[in-house]
Amino acid sequence: MQATIVQAVNDALHTEMGRDDRVVVFGEDVAESGGVFRATDELLEEFGSKRVVDTPLSEIAIVGGAAGMAMYGYRPVAEIQFSGFLPPAFDQLVTNASRIRWRTRGELSAPMVVRMPYGAGVRALEHHSESLEGAYAHIPGLQVVVPSTPADTKGLLTAAIRDPDPVLFMEPKRIYRSIREEVPEGEHEVPIGEAAVRREGEDVTVVAWGSMMPPTLEAVEEGGVDAEVIDLRSISPMDTETVVESVKKTGRCVVAHEGPRTLGVGSEIVARINDEALMYLEAPIERVTGFDTPVPLLSMEDFYFPHPPRILDGIEAALAD
Amino acid sequence: MSDRESDIRAPPATGDDGGGEVRYLSQSDLSVPTHQIVAPDGSYDERAVPDLDDEEFLDLYRWMVTDRVFSRRMVNIQRRGELGTFGSTRGQEASIIGSAFTLRPDDWLYVGRAWTPMFMRGASMKDMILFWRGIEEGQEAFAKHNSQIAISIGSHLPLVAGIAWGMHLDDADAVATAYLGDGATSTGAAHEGINLAGSLGLPALFFCQNNQYAISMPYERQSGANTIAQKALAYGIDAIRVDGQDVLAVYDAVQSARERVTEGEPVFVESVTYRLDAHTTSDDPTRYRSDEEVEHWEAHDPIERYRQFLKSEGLWSEIDHDAVVEEIDAEFDEALAAANEMEERAVSEMFTYLYDELPPELARQLAEFEDLLERRPEMYDYIEHRPKG
Repeated sequence: MQATIVQAVNDALHTEMGRDDRVVVFGEDVAESGGVFRATDELLEEFGSKRVVDTPLSEIAIVGGAAGMAMYGYRPVAEIQFSGFLPPAFDQLVTNASRIRWRTRGELSAPMVVRMPYGAGVRALEHHSESLEGAYAHIPGLQVVVPSTPADTKGLLTAAIRDPDPVLFMEPKRIYRSIREEVPEGEHEVPIGEAAVRREGEDVTVVAWGSMMPPTLEAVEEGGVDAEVIDLRSISPMDTETVVESVKKTGRCVVAHEGPRTLGVGSEIVARINDEALMYLEAPIERVTGFDTPVPLLSMEDFYFPHPPRILDGIEAALAD
Repeated sequence: MSDRESDIRAPPATGDDGGGEVRYLSQSDLSVPTHQIVAPDGSYDERAVPDLDDEEFLDLYRWMVTDRVFSRRMVNIQRRGELGTFGSTRGQEASIIGSAFTLRPDDWLYVGRAWTPMFMRGASMKDMILFWRGIEEGQEAFAKHNSQIAISIGSHLPLVAGIAWGMHLDDADAVATAYLGDGATSTGAAHEGINLAGSLGLPALFFCQNNQYAISMPYERQSGANTIAQKALAYGIDAIRVDGQDVLAVYDAVQSARERVTEGEPVFVESVTYRLDAHTTSDDPTRYRSDEEVEHWEAHDPIERYRQFLKSEGLWSEIDHDAVVEEIDAEFDEALAAANEMEERAVSEMFTYLYDELPPELARQLAEFEDLLERRPEMYDYIEHRPKG
């Protein structure tokens, strides 16, 4: 079937709730209203008010409650309405969800998913635009997944729901409805921890994920560059091998991401390339990223996250020497 | 999850409109009783005594003594350098034992400052020694009995609400219980956890031991609320305030609360007690409280009060107190010996249990580190001799 990213989220939830009674969906405005982006539309009608639940405006209780429910044996899929509202619940991810298994030597675990739309560019108010995947990927024990296509969204969300450990599932809301493609009907799983090569090329490796994929591909097309474009998909665990093998081939690399540069995911990618492929590099690795500022309010947000001309500029810099 | 009374949200009806005057809702209008069965002087009304058999009455005593002996022994071995730190529960025995005595194996229990409940649920003193030595087998053992210790104050209340939510989905005949302290009630997580339980009608039991201090901060400076119990009302949750030095009153209150919780109504219990020892062995309470205050509470010793009750009931003659203590000391000696027998664990343990499957980067870090340890065995010497805080 043809579907957008947000429809693929909905399809994955329907499919997995139908397959496994332990899957429970909750969050703010997810049941009766079907979610502010309609990601949970029709779930209440199909699965009833015990398994699809509107919660109070309580991020700490949503994430902590999901962890407790998961410890007890359910498979909660909790929604945080916008990633900018996750920080109050950061404590529950750091203090509880990510370390239940570790703390009890596997006696208990927290198989849960926290879904949330992230990223700038939808002309919303403050706190509706963050891309802090780097901060979340810094938490040991928490997996962080960011899809960029409808088919991957369904496959990765399915994998996240079935995963025995917690997953933070960051949905690229800027492209929620802008891409429509064929999405497999029924069960569809894409493994967590594997990057996808979106385009093969010889001259430079470009790594991006989530809502940075369309502008990255556009920059490559626009510039007529023979670039290998990697969609990381999984921030944690990261598929280092795919990136390193590509860089060994091309000798040049650009990382494009929306979040702040300092200690961003790009920093880690550069470090891993240094560890494993430094002698293959023909030029410094370029990072095209958001700035170390808050995401500006909507009047200026377009200057914050990388657009194709900026990404192309980075690619050309990597190709220059 | 209760059905709404009405789908129409109407403005407030006329009627009780305050007669046109601004009227305040005030805590000074609240009357908050404190449930007590055995008075400090040992007197009690026979009719109020919970329906327990003799063996159960004696068990309550044995567990309270267990709690006290365990704290004493743990403080002692900490002073000998055999533990990292320890938080004594002396003074809180009635609060801890009276509440835990009501719990059943299928119930879940997340505690702060309450260790003996783990023994009552089947874990061993050895497991608790391991926990305080920073060995994960402790929490693993507690988990086998649906129990955990929460270290980050208040952070466990949302978890307990989530566990209760699972029980609600299962229609389980069980309750999820959070033990918390007065300090935890100032946290946002406690607010959200309790509110969630109230809003969804979850089988959660919140048992708050108000031991008067969050380390050095006395309760009256933690909150403007006269009592902690009253805070529950704002969540639509009924509360009980109980004399935490009276084991029978605590048992009675929590037993009643547990029953109500199984009917789908969360309950909050404030147990008014006192931490006679330091917050942990790293704390010096003489910096923030007076000897007179401690002496006052020592005069309200919960074990002593219960002893009066047992004497009045003619049950005291059934107990050989010295033999009870001796038995618990022997159990502790055995537990300590077993804990000391623990073999050194492989460094890989740090990595192994984080995920169901070890991800490549972690495998790599582990391999690098194992290689380093092999190449530089002086690491072990350094770690052994490093001055420890």
